[in-house]
Parts: sequence; C-alpha cells; structure tokens
Amino acid sequence: MNYALNLVWNLMKLYDLLCLEGLVRGLQVFKERIKPPVYKRVMPDGKIQKLIITEETAKIRPFAVAAVLRNIKFTKDRYDSFIELQEKLHQNICRKRALVAIGTHDLDTLSGPFTYTAKRPSDIKFKPLNKTKEYTACELMNIYKTDNHLKQYLHIIENKPLYPVISDSNGVVLSMPPIINGDHSRITVNTRNVFIECTGTDFTKAKIVLDIIVTMFSEYCEKQFTVEAAEVVFPNGKSYTFPELAYRKEIVRADLINKKVGIRETPENLAKLLTRMYLKSEVIGDGNQIEIEIPPTRADIIHACDIIEDAAIAYGYNNIQMTLPKTYTIANQFPLNKLTELLRHDMAAAGFTEVLTFALCSQEDIADKLGVDISATKAVHISNPKTAEFQVARTTLLPGLLKTIAANRKMPLPLKLFEISDIVIKDSNTDVGAKNYRHLCAVYYNKNPGFEIIHGLLDRIMQLLDVPPGEDKAGYVIRASEGPAFFPGRCAEIFAGGQSIGKLGVLHPDVITKFELTMPCSSLEINIEPFL
Amino acid sequence: MADGPVAELLLRRLEASDGGLDSAELAAELGVEHQAVVGAVKSLQALGEVIEAELRSTKRWELTSEGEEIAREGSHEARVFRSIPPEGLAQSELMRLPSGKVGISKAMSNKWIRVDKSTADGPRVFRVVDSMEDEVQRRLQMVQRGQAEKLGEKERSELRKRKLLAEVTLKTYWVSKGSAFSTSISKQETELSPEMISSGSWRDRPFKPYNFLAQGVLPDSGHLHPLLKVRSQFRQIFLEMGFTEMPTDNFIESSFWNFDALFQPQQHPARDQHDTFFLRDPAEALQLPMDYVQRVKRTHSQGGYGSQGYKYNWKLDEARKNLLRTHTTSASARVLYRLAQKKPFTPAKYFSIDRVFRNETLDATHLAEFHQIEGVVADHGLTLGHLMGVLREFFTKLGITQLRFKPAYNPYTEPSMEVFSYHPGLKKWVEVGNSGVFRPEMLLPMGLPENVSVIAWGLSLERPTMIKYGINNIRELVGHKVNLQMVYNSPLCRLDAKPRPPPTQEAA
Repeated sequence: MNYALNLVWNLMKLYDLLCLEGLVRGLQVFKERIKPPVYKRVMPDGKIQKLIITEETAKIRPFAVAAVLRNIKFTKDRYDSFIELQEKLHQNICRKRALVAIGTHDLDTLSGPFTYTAKRPSDIKFKPLNKTKEYTACELMNIYKTDNHLKQYLHIIENKPLYPVISDSNGVVLSMPPIINGDHSRITVNTRNVFIECTGTDFTKAKIVLDIIVTMFSEYCEKQFTVEAAEVVFPNGKSYTFPELAYRKEIVRADLINKKVGIRETPENLAKLLTRMYLKSEVIGDGNQIEIEIPPTRADIIHACDIIEDAAIAYGYNNIQMTLPKTYTIANQFPLNKLTELLRHDMAAAGFTEVLTFALCSQEDIADKLGVDISATKAVHISNPKTAEFQVARTTLLPGLLKTIAANRKMPLPLKLFEISDIVIKDSNTDVGAKNYRHLCAVYYNKNPGFEIIHGLLDRIMQLLDVPPGEDKAGYVIRASEGPAFFPGRCAEIFAGGQSIGKLGVLHPDVITKFELTMPCSSLEINIEPFL
Repeated sequence: MADGPVAELLLRRLEASDGGLDSAELAAELGVEHQAVVGAVKSLQALGEVIEAELRSTKRWELTSEGEEIAREGSHEARVFRSIPPEGLAQSELMRLPSGKVGISKAMSNKWIRVDKSTADGPRVFRVVDSMEDEVQRRLQMVQRGQAEKLGEKERSELRKRKLLAEVTLKTYWVSKGSAFSTSISKQETELSPEMISSGSWRDRPFKPYNFLAQGVLPDSGHLHPLLKVRSQFRQIFLEMGFTEMPTDNFIESSFWNFDALFQPQQHPARDQHDTFFLRDPAEALQLPMDYVQRVKRTHSQGGYGSQGYKYNWKLDEARKNLLRTHTTSASARVLYRLAQKKPFTPAKYFSIDRVFRNETLDATHLAEFHQIEGVVADHGLTLGHLMGVLREFFTKLGITQLRFKPAYNPYTEPSMEVFSYHPGLKKWVEVGNSGVFRPEMLLPMGLPENVSVIAWGLSLERPTMIKYGINNIRELVGHKVNLQMVYNSPLCRLDAKPRPPPTQEAA
C-alpha cells in the first residue's frame, strides 16, 4: 500500500482533522522535500495582549487561553480553510464546543486588555455576527433556537444563571462562548492581526486546540511559523503565557521498536523513519537509543507505543514479516455456551426451529402484553432509548418468539420455534446490579393448543439433561400453577432438583390477541443454568 | 390378470379390429355404459405402451327427459286436443290436466281448439279441427332414431328453446394397438409390499416406473438459525486454534469496564448519549475494584506507566454509570484483569462471540444490537508481525487468503490496524476486521507485567453471515422479522468452502 496514503491516514487520525495546510506539510516532510518547520512563540515588540479571567467563570467555563497571529496574509482560499479548520475542531476535539470553543478576532478593531467573565444573560448586550443590531443574551438564545447551525450548542449554557462573555477594555463584546462572536471584531480576508481565544471546561484540550490553529496558520504570517504570545491571568492572580507550543523529548530504545513491531532495522533507519513522520529523531547515547522530538502538532503522541506505531506505519504494515507466536495454550469452552451449543442441536433434532430475537424490547412486550405489571418484572430500564423498541432488556424470551410467529403468519402450520439465549434481571448481588440468565423458550402454534407436544418437549429436554422424572432431589416434576400469561387451569410450574426452573402451559387468549396472533399456542420457558 | 371384463373385451376386439375402434361405438356394441369403457381405456393406458388412445370429442343431439316423455306420449298440445270430446270441456277442468297449461296455449296458437266464454257455467273449450298431426312428437322421435341431422336448424332450435332437446359433447377415445400390445396384460404394482416379500410374488410382477423428475417430500424437521450456524463455525475455528472462550453473559456493564479500563477518556464521543444505551435502573454500578480504579484514574488524569495521560479531571461518577456494553472488549478487560492477578503470569489465548449494543441510527445493515467476534492473545514479547500472523491463520480458516493491513485509529489499541481482504465477487478490497495491540495504559494498571503484550482483533458476526448467505437486509436475518422460510432453506455453514454465486432473490 502507498506510503503517502498511509501518512494521510495517520494525519487524519489526529482528531480526524484534515486541513490542507497540515496535510501538505506532512506529505512534504514524509517525502523528505522539506524539514519539519519549528514553531516559535515570540514576544511582541510592544505590549503583550492580556486576557484576564474573573472568578465568575469558575462555575460555567473556567479555562481560557489566547494567542496572536501577527501580520498574517489571507487569501480567499486561506481564509476559507481557516474558518473550516475551526469548524472541524469544534466538531471533534472540542466535542461540539462543550469542551472548547474557539473565537478569532480582528485585533485592530479592539483594544486590550481583555476580560473573560460571566454575567447574567440580561446584562449581556451586543451585536452578534451576521446581525444588524444589538440583542441581549436572552433574546439571542431565543433567536438561535431556530438556527440550524447554532441551536445544537445552546444547551451548554442555556440553564445556567451566568453566561460567559469576553470583552475588551472599552466594553466591546468579542464573544459569548460557546455560542457566538461579536460582529464588531469579525475577521475578513483583509484582517492582518488575529486575536485567538479558546475557552473551555478542559484546560488540556483548550491548549491543544490553540496549538493546532496557530501551527497550521502561522505559515502565512510575515515571520513564518512564529506566533505572538498572549498573557492569561487566572482568578488566583497567577499568569501564564500562551500558546505553549511545547516541544517534548522522548527516548526510546531501537530494539524496543524492533521487538514491538517484529522487524530488524538499524537505529539510524528507525530514526529516519520517525523523522519522516514529523518526529525529528536522532540516535544518541550507546547507539541504540533514539531521541525523538515531539512537536506541538503531535498532541496524539502520549506514550512510546504511539512512537512505535509511527515507525511501523513509516515502515509499512504490509512489509512486516508475518510470524506465529509460540504461545502454547489448551482451549476451553465457556461451560454455559458449551451446554447451549449441545442443547440447540438436539432442539432442532426434536423438530423445533431456532430463532434469534432482540435482547432489547419495549416495556409493553414484557409486561402489558403478558398481563404483568412492569414493576414485577425486575427489568433493567434504558435511560436514553430513541424509540420504544429499546426501553428495557428482555426478562423473558417468549415475546420475541411470539413476535416471530406474528411476522411469519403466512408459513404453514404448525410453527414450532425455540430460542436459547440470555435475559437480564436486576440483581443487587452483582457488581453492576443486574445479571444475565440463560433461558430456553419453545412455542407450539397450531389449530390446537398442543400442550402435550410442549410437555413432551420438556420430557425430551430432561432426558437430554439426564434428569429423570420424579419428586425426589434428582428428578423433575410439573405442578399445576397459575400465571397471567396462561389460560386458567392450563399452566404448570416446572421443578428440577427441588427448585423452580420455569413454566409451561397454554397461552391466555388475551396474550395471543395482543401479539396479533389467531391460533392457540402453548409455550415452555426454563432457566438452563441449574443444569451446568 | 385382466383389469375387469370390459378391458379384457376391449383388448379382444382391438386384436380383431383393423386399425382401431371408437370407445362410444364399443360401449353401444357391448351394451355397457360409455364410462365403463373409458375407465378400461385409462387403466390400460397406465400400464404403459399396451394401447394408444386418442381423445376425440363429438357433438350430438339428445332428448331431455321431458323430450323423451313427449316422444313417447305426444306433445302437450296434442294431449290437450285429444282429451277434448266433441261437446267440449270446461276450461277449468282442462287446466287440471298435467299438460293443461302449456297444451292449451300451444293448441290455441296451432288453431286446433277455441274457447267459448259465453256459456253459462264458465268458459268452455271446443275442437276446431277434427284431427291434427303431432309434429313435435314426430321430430323428437326422429332425433331418438339418430336422425337429428335431417331436421332443420330452425326446428332444432325451437325444440331446444322448449327444453326438449339438448346438444351434448361426447368425449370418446379412438383406441389402437400400442407398441407393447398384448391381450394377456397384468396390472403393474406401484410399491413393494411385505406380502410380496414373504410370498416371493414380487419376482413375477411388473412394477410401475418412478418419476425421478418429481420433488421428494421434505422431512419434517427443525432447523438451526443461519447466524448461529456461523457462530458455531467461528467458535470451532477459535477452539481449533487453542483459544479459550471468555464469559460474556453480562449485557449490563459499568462505564468503568466498558470505557475507563480501556483507557478511553471520559469525553470520548463513544461515551455520548447518542452512541451508547445508558441505564436508568440500575443507573450505577454498585461495586468497582477500587485499588485498580485508583490506578486507572491516575493514568487518565496524570499519566504514568510511561504515558502523558489525558490530563483531565477523571470522575468516579462517570465510571459508575451503567450501560449496555458497546463491545465485548469490556468482557476481555475483565478477563485480562483476572489474568493479571494470577502470579506468575501464564500466557493466554481468549475468544468470545456475543451481543453488543449501540444507540445508533438504524439502516439496512445496522441494528441496535449485533454480535461481536473477538480474539485476544497475551504473552511475553508479542509483535505486530505476530498479530498479522495470527490474523492470517484465522482468516485462512474462513477461506480468506488475501489480506492487507491499513493504519487505523482505535482509542485502546496502539498500533492499530484495519484488516482488508480481497473479495473476488465484489472485485474490491473490503474491510473484514479491526485489530491492534492493547495500549500499555490499559494493561499496566491491571497489573500485567511490563514485557507482556496483548494483541487483539474483532469483527462482526452479521457481516460475514450476510455475505455468506446473500442477505441484503439485516432484519431478514436477525430479530423477529426473520423470514422463517429462509431459516428452513439455509444450507450448512462451511466457511472455508468455495463461495457460490449469490442466490437469485426468490419469493419465500
């Protein structure tokens, strides 16, 4: 496979981001046409831009970072790419602006220092982007409810008493993050000096986002690959300078890379491979160690294993020699699955056809339709179902089988179906508070109820499980019982080894009707775990 | 043995005949019902080439039962005429005769009789002529004699309108000698019987040939579900390769085991409400292994084990949130954690095939629940080359020999590789699985030794099954909307067998 394509994939891997500037630079480095640029933070000639965070932000959006791109030269294409990059970052690493929101401003229209605070919505009033007049924050939140692009972000601050807002020394509003920027400081193709602020709830991600933006677009500054620092003063009085543009060094032994990938390359070759992956590397020390410089553009590299992967990608996965590990093991089946596999074959041999139904269903399926109250089912409830089909995990296999019959009413009678699968019951004795049970369910659907057929199937199952009929400890027996799903007098409880394992009987006409069926039907459902 | 006297007679006549004979003529000659002759023809035909019979249909005029009565006793009008004495008869009395009603009006229109309404005791009927010719009777008698052709079309249709005459189609056979003609035929037996075996009579009897083109009768049987047949084969493959099956009988999982233990950060998009089913009840896990939880927390929030970590505020509440597992890797994490507690470390190979759940948008190939197949190998010094080697063996057993590997992103494996295979039917490279080496940030907090690597791969069970059985809509395969006929008809699952051309869509 193509090296260049490998690299594209690897770069896309970085938060799924793809901006043309970064991609082109990455490819050129890979093809050894250019050396990876070194990004530098520089102090301004004049006064440093300052962003002061007040303590009101603590409860809503406590972090902010900032930087300046000085003397940048946009063209139509560069400007579009700049806007697109912000949008992509917002969707991915910024988690739809919940973690981080980016604001970019024409610095020449503003005058610092800037203040990042939080105010009551009624106290915030400004002219937002693409509007012709001023609105209060309350009004804006209403207006944007119908805005297809912005409505997805409103929930982040909507019900908070205070909204975040950034303004300059004259009170001009730069932005109300994470919703909208002010119109006053909007950037255009002609903007020369860009003030970038990133606010958020995740400090690390905010710093990474700022680094990505400035590294990608400092290429178009008068002094290429330089970024002007900005100072951010936190509520505790401490001040920090951004962007960090931190270069980190890692040392990885060449033989570790060879051992993890399964190749035999010289340390020099490995260093070369890594350098082509935008990780400037050289052999140091005893000649077996590689020092790797991780640039601010590679925030994805957090462990030596990430470096090893880059070496493997540069080497080419498909060039790696395939070998079999010498791991010697004896295989075992999971006993419950082993029993299930054996049983299902004999169920089919007994003339029943296997079905596979959903583990999730509606409350109605396991409760109302079977004449049971949902609270009596001990079912596990899903908090965020998109439709009623996914309200609960099933507590019985019967509804799935009856629904399968309903969907196959055109098939010749009788229908004899079975399923062996898991149901879920709340159980406070387990670590998560719920437990699976392996059930076996079978139904017989015909012009006559066929209780004797289902009963005979139970006898056959017990024969297969080597459980003799009888009242004693080792045997099984059925005793007259009642159940809302069964026709009165046509229901029995099944006991094996002295414990109740399930029920069989003729289904109640109400159950048959509720599952949109028309014929009599008998069923059997047991827990097979006691037979392990 | 002759098949009844008629068949025997038919064969004798046919032997003596010159060319052939007509079944209706034969019936007349033998003085038997035509049906009896037809029955004899059919039973002789069933014997094979003894006779040849050609179906012919002829039309013939026959008297109805009323027509026969008239031919015998005269028409209604004639009978009325004859019953009137010269002095006349009261009309009311005449009407009481069986032929009265029809006879009077016909005799009137023939001007044979008249009605005098001036008499004192009601209308009276008198003859007008002294004698008459009963044409109707004469014509019907002609038909009886087989001379219907001598009547004019108009006359016949008039008789038909009076429902005295009917045209019938007669199906007759023209019977001639067959290639195996014989007058001494015996009936072919259809099946061998116990009596024939015990008496030995089967030796002397001819047997009716079978029609081998007919379909057999399908046995009355149960069937296994195609997806689960494929599941059995995958289990078999793993067992052949020495992999032990992991317990996966816990659909409900805590976020901790499903995500945190795998070093998947708490802000990861997969942990969104849009992608994962969270639980309302029981909403939170009751117990977590707190020592291990502390190590996981530290690795996420601060790093460690050679990692920078994600540097965010890791929350226990988030880890406690219960969900429906989104992958079986949560079960693998539990098994690896248990393996890590066993000292000294013993190498292991594991697999599982079970349901996983995603709160995704549904379409023809995606359901909210599907089966995931997962393989895991834990040993000292495993390499990416080993992972590829194991994958090659695994896929060879599936009948897939051409593999390619592509870099991929997966939050808990590094390196990660997507596995592609060349599909000769689709004539392109298709993704067949995902694989990688579990991150040290996942393994080391569990307590596994530092030089132990864990390689793993996964794929869905549904996709290869849909390709195998040529199913386009996943709902036809999984869930209650399954087409049972498809289940009944599905062949054995032999994954390494040469693929057949995709079946044409047949109505169920």
